[in-house]
Amino acid sequence: MVVVLAQAAVNEPSNAEFFVFIVIGAISLGSALCVVVLRNAVHGALMLVVNFFTIAVFYAVMEAQFLATVQVIVYAGAIMVLFLFVIMLVGVDSEQDLRANPAIPAQRPAAAVLGLVLFAALAISVAGPYLQRSSACPSTEAAAAATDAAALTSCVGLAAANEQGNTQGVGALLFGEYVWPFEVTSVLLVIAALGAMVLGRKDEPLIDRVDDPLVLRDPQEQTSEAEPVSGPAGGAADDHADTVGAYRADASEEV
Amino acid sequence: MVVPAGYYLLLAAALFSIGVVGVLVRRNIIVMFMCIELMLNSVNLTLVTFSRINGNLEGQVLSFFVMVVAAAEVTVGLALIVNLFRLKASTDADEVDSLRS
Repeated sequence: MVVVLAQAAVNEPSNAEFFVFIVIGAISLGSALCVVVLRNAVHGALMLVVNFFTIAVFYAVMEAQFLATVQVIVYAGAIMVLFLFVIMLVGVDSEQDLRANPAIPAQRPAAAVLGLVLFAALAISVAGPYLQRSSACPSTEAAAAATDAAALTSCVGLAAANEQGNTQGVGALLFGEYVWPFEVTSVLLVIAALGAMVLGRKDEPLIDRVDDPLVLRDPQEQTSEAEPVSGPAGGAADDHADTVGAYRADASEEV
Repeated sequence: MVVPAGYYLLLAAALFSIGVVGVLVRRNIIVMFMCIELMLNSVNLTLVTFSRINGNLEGQVLSFFVMVVAAAEVTVGLALIVNLFRLKASTDADEVDSLRS
């Protein structure tokens, strides 16, 4: 639905695009600030979902319908679910985060100043040349031909490139010219999945996962482990059930 | 009222700066990670804007690759965070100082 609405905005004269930009841009900036400011990590993650949706709307407005859909599915869907899952898993212990004193004195003012400097530098160097009216997409011929500078920074627009459809165009590039990087990313995904499995595995002895510990134990190990336990307990080490109970008590101590 | 392409670039620059400040200010590793995602998204927005400015789709393909790499990075990064939490029982970045002499 977002894609359809945004397409309607594009087909209208660019007045609609302006209002979409103002409203969605404000939401985008506000939610991004909330991610940084909110103390609760779960609230921050939900604000990040809002931010991902606004960026999907921008993609749709900028004639990148395929990326808008992928943004919603991959980012707002898969990645954020993973984030929320991990936040729930490790527990929300971040309430004190912003209240506590920073380890470095004047860390926050310095970070804010650095952020402002970075924004100014990016605004001047990246966005600066494209701020004239002639850079609005798609630039009209007359506006682009007005001066040499306007011709350099005019916006071509994707109407011609999207003639066959945006998804078809991206797919043709992806499986034509860029098929080798595409295959490499598939290998990367497999490696990442394997790495996450290896990292996420709990490093416990195999015996803890078996209901009856005796299944995996050989007699020699049994006696050697039973000895230190039987000392303080004072029980008979050769009693079978006692050994199992002692081992279980031992294992629970480790955890 | 038209929207010059530079407005989108300005917005992306603002989002990137907010992400940088977040990484510098916050101490919760998960929030720092979310700010990194914010920065990746703003760069994607820039790529798509330039794809529109130049009238070809290669910027969008690159943006797609960035998304794939970000997904892989999130998978491994969150597994690392969970492991760190098992080790330290905390998600505070300042707690991770085992290599400090």
